[in-house]
Amino acid sequence: MKLHLKIWRQKNAETTGKLVDYTVEDVNPHMSFLEMLDHLNEKLILADDEPVEFDHDCREGICGQCGIMINGIAHGPLKNTTTCQLHMREFKDGDKIFIEPFQTAVFSVRKDLKVDRSAFDRIISAGGFVSVNTGQAPEANTTRITHDTTEAAFDSAACIGCGACVATCKNGSAVLFTAAKISQLAQLPQGREERTLRVFNMVKQMDEEGFGNCSNTEACQIECPQNISVLNIARMNYEYNRARILRK
Amino acid sequence: MNTLTRKIIMCLTGLFLCFFLIIHFLGNLQLFLPAEEAQKSFNAYSHFLSGNPFIKIISYGLYACIIAHALDALYITIQNKKSGGAFKHDKRDRASKWYTRNMGILGFVILLFLVLHFQNFWYYYKFGSLSLDQSGNKDLYTLVVISFQQWWIVLIYVLSMLALFYHLVHGVHSATRTLGVFHPKYVRWIQKTGVLYAVVICLGFALMPIYIYFTY
Ligand code: HEM
Ligand code: FES
Repeated sequence: MKLHLKIWRQKNAETTGKLVDYTVEDVNPHMSFLEMLDHLNEKLILADDEPVEFDHDCREGICGQCGIMINGIAHGPLKNTTTCQLHMREFKDGDKIFIEPFQTAVFSVRKDLKVDRSAFDRIISAGGFVSVNTGQAPEANTTRITHDTTEAAFDSAACIGCGACVATCKNGSAVLFTAAKISQLAQLPQGREERTLRVFNMVKQMDEEGFGNCSNTEACQIECPQNISVLNIARMNYEYNRARILRK
Repeated sequence: MNTLTRKIIMCLTGLFLCFFLIIHFLGNLQLFLPAEEAQKSFNAYSHFLSGNPFIKIISYGLYACIIAHALDALYITIQNKKSGGAFKHDKRDRASKWYTRNMGILGFVILLFLVLHFQNFWYYYKFGSLSLDQSGNKDLYTLVVISFQQWWIVLIYVLSMLALFYHLVHGVHSATRTLGVFHPKYVRWIQKTGVLYAVVICLGFALMPIYIYFTY
């Protein structure tokens, strides 16, 4: 396959970038999107050009490191798929492909297609955990949880934190991410102990990072590689309203 | 004020407006009565409302809600414009409905309509010199009929109800999300009820000027 790429090139966080045209030949339809970029980069290196930088790690759709706007859609045209799991067979010979970073007011570009998503880490640090005193590991079956509950909590926990929701949201809101982390813990007895403080702190941190407000367009779930449900947002709102009412 | 506080203000003021619309709608159904009866009962109803101290308190609540809702909407919309990403090639629209993305614009249309609507009837009723009907009540009914003889006023009203319709289809759904209803079964039911509500209210209101235009 021969493809015409328009890739966002940006030297560093201080400068602004622009779209640059590249043409790649002999792209194999079995290549993943990232392998196609590797292929381009090999050519660029051989030609003494600077390779295109992008984030990735597992390349099997579980780590959440990869993530770019492909033809104006987060992670590309295929639903519920990360960029690393998107294959070139989804494209046709001679296609023009726009490739841009997940850039929003909060996710600033570091270089080329890499953005700074550390705001997500700070939201987690603000409350996305269960406090335990170290010591003996507790007996696993002392806290009884039904299978359905663990499955439901796991559905929320399946969020890989890639940031597609923020990039997709017209408001650049991080509500789906934050809500998934909050409701994952709110559904489990271990997490319920600190629910009030958790929801206050995580929402506060999310706000301080400068993410937008949620308009409930629900685009985030549609483009989420893990199909994280917008009902997590409802649960976060429930947790927040509950905490607000019960606050001493 | 954090984002969820701003949203709950949007939600509570919006839902109060939704509640008010039901009462307003039921009262206005009198316009569909035969002309003579409609004139008598509509004017008596208006007189009753304007004299009632309880209604007075509600109406101040209403004005406060409209202002709070609109100011909060302005703030949220401006902030969201700044925080959202912008891409050279943008196809993000495929994932959502247009009216969910344009609540601010729909709301602004409604706000313009409200200014006109208040000027048309509320202002005249309060400060204008209306003649009295046979029972000695101010003849608001005749003013309504005269206004809706002009096709362009009818058109503005109908289009505004269309904007309100889309605002409400998303608004009711969004408001219950903000309240925190997360049980899938109730979310489905409430969403359906919201659409039904929007259809009944907006179609009903739109039919009033149309009915009067074509029956006089
Ligand atoms: C009869 C008049 C109105 C009714 C019944 C109404 C109702 C509602 C409801 C129920 C919501 C959902 C709240 C939520 O998302 O939690 C809402 C949202 C909204 N309303 Fe209204 N509204 C009215 C007038 C207006 C006006 C005059 C404006 C603007 C000038 C406006 C702007 C907005 C905006 C921007 C939102 C969305 C907020 C967001 O996306 O986060 N509305 N409205
Ligand atoms: S590289 Fe890990 S999810 Fe794509």
